[in-house]
Amino acid sequence: MKKSRLKGRLWVLCDSQGQLLEDIDTDQIYHNAYLYITDVAQMGQYALGSLKGWKDFSRKASAGDIIVAGRNFGAGSSRQQAVDCFISLGISMIMAPSFGAIYFRNAVNSGFPVLRSAEIESLVRNKELESGDIVKVDFRQGQAINITKKISFTLESMSDVQYQIYLAGGLFRYGRKLR
Amino acid sequence: MGQTIIEKIIQSHTQEEVRPGKIVWLDLDIRSARDFGGPNVVRNYEREYGDKPVADSRKTFFTFDLCAPACSLKYADNQQLCRLFARRQNIKVFDVDQGIGSHVMIEEGLAKARTTVVGTDSHFNILGAVGSFGQGMGDVDIAFAFRTGRTWFEVPETVKIILKGKFSFPTTAKDVTLFILKNLGTSKAALKAIEFYGEALRQFSLAERITLCSMVTEMAGIIGFIPEFKAQTKAEIEKVSGVEFNPFQADEDAYYTETIGIDIDGLQPQVAAPFSPTNVRPVSDLKGVRIDSGFIGSCTNGRVEDFALASRILAGRKIKPGIMLKIAPATRLVYQQMLEKGLIKELFQSGAIIDSPGCGGCAEGHIGLTGEGEIQISSANRNFAGKQGKGQTYLASPAVVAASCVLGHIASPEDL
Repeated sequence: MKKSRLKGRLWVLCDSQGQLLEDIDTDQIYHNAYLYITDVAQMGQYALGSLKGWKDFSRKASAGDIIVAGRNFGAGSSRQQAVDCFISLGISMIMAPSFGAIYFRNAVNSGFPVLRSAEIESLVRNKELESGDIVKVDFRQGQAINITKKISFTLESMSDVQYQIYLAGGLFRYGRKLR
Repeated sequence: MGQTIIEKIIQSHTQEEVRPGKIVWLDLDIRSARDFGGPNVVRNYEREYGDKPVADSRKTFFTFDLCAPACSLKYADNQQLCRLFARRQNIKVFDVDQGIGSHVMIEEGLAKARTTVVGTDSHFNILGAVGSFGQGMGDVDIAFAFRTGRTWFEVPETVKIILKGKFSFPTTAKDVTLFILKNLGTSKAALKAIEFYGEALRQFSLAERITLCSMVTEMAGIIGFIPEFKAQTKAEIEKVSGVEFNPFQADEDAYYTETIGIDIDGLQPQVAAPFSPTNVRPVSDLKGVRIDSGFIGSCTNGRVEDFALASRILAGRKIKPGIMLKIAPATRLVYQQMLEKGLIKELFQSGAIIDSPGCGGCAEGHIGLTGEGEIQISSANRNFAGKQGKGQTYLASPAVVAASCVLGHIASPEDL
């Protein structure tokens, strides 16, 4: 049974001035040069490989880590690899104020938690969410606690469809239950 | 309460009540995959469904357009993987000779008004140009759609954009599109359907409608429609597609979350500077920026009208020595039209390089890539850092690209 609560270490995708990076597109997440790869296990090494300041992400990240990004994360192409590369690294979820439409669907369909929170921008600006912080998230209730900084904040709770697909472990398994 | 265009299309493809924000199960008329994503669709499909048949092989297609014909061994393998699956499943392949899948869908009459069409291409919302709900999706979604013929979808809100005023040459539909992007950014229409209105749009040809609808992706929108059109455009779309063009119109009491007016009167040509399609400035602000190369093509500006315009500007002129101008027709039909109109010869004589039909350098598949330090001006739709290579890409109309390649720096056709 999948859990609706997760705890993990944060990676806040900021530039060198500490500004949250917005409109990170799928080529910066997973460059088109590697789209020929069809094995998810091979994709992790290229995660954020074209994002300035984050090219070594795949070597720094550990299984269970959580990514925090700026608005419109995953803009651009329809490539599933831009989700799968994080699954490949064992990243547990991504939080952002908003996501590219196709990116969000792809994550939902892969059973990978993506959560929206309008509070992220001000939390990062006020240094209340920083890389290395440990955060506990209940994404059914839409609640999160930054354990390191002892601050709680809210997320949009998952829609029923998103939650059911997540619980099933992806769209294919969810689809089996429908038939 | 009346319905917007997207609400009507979704309503005609689901048994459920349709309202913005609600997730419904949507019937998909056409499901397709290309050489990007396609091999992953096949692997997902066979892992999950084995050799079970697709829901309807007559509604399922492959289109190879990104690396066509394959110029790397990996793509040759991937395309063949899809071909073999297609043979087993009796699925039609629009192969490496046919061009950009979304355009092929229009030309083949598959993406007709009021239909739902999906593919592994984020610019499938181009199909809004012919009143179809096209949507790009990932390989999980598409494999599921191959097998079931449907998917879940959240009914988007709709915003209304009203363009005020008129524009004239050297300003084109691409400049209007870039100017709308400048106004909307990636937030005002994010995750929404757009209906574009205004007298200038009523005059748009199919090619111009495609240009505007294609860049709804860069506006972070779901789909864009241009409800108003003249009789000549209806006739043109019906001739190209071979099917009736009878798109839904919004009800008078349809609900829009926002109505945004944009004044385009007397607009001058626009250019999107690196590294965002929304980083748009008048061409006069960027005049003189040295370029190394130009690209005309892509799903945004790869129709015969785009090349005719470029050819008109290049007529009797030569591309500046040392500058490369790369050209990729969107489809085989466009290539044929270029041959018939003598455009291939004219463009060749001006010094351009002509590629086979397809996507060109939007990704690492064909011509239009940049080396470190290279500055490219392109009629495509994206200029994100690193996307086409380590160089910098400026986005502009085919007219501005052509003029810039003659002068060796960013310029308006009026500067010639």
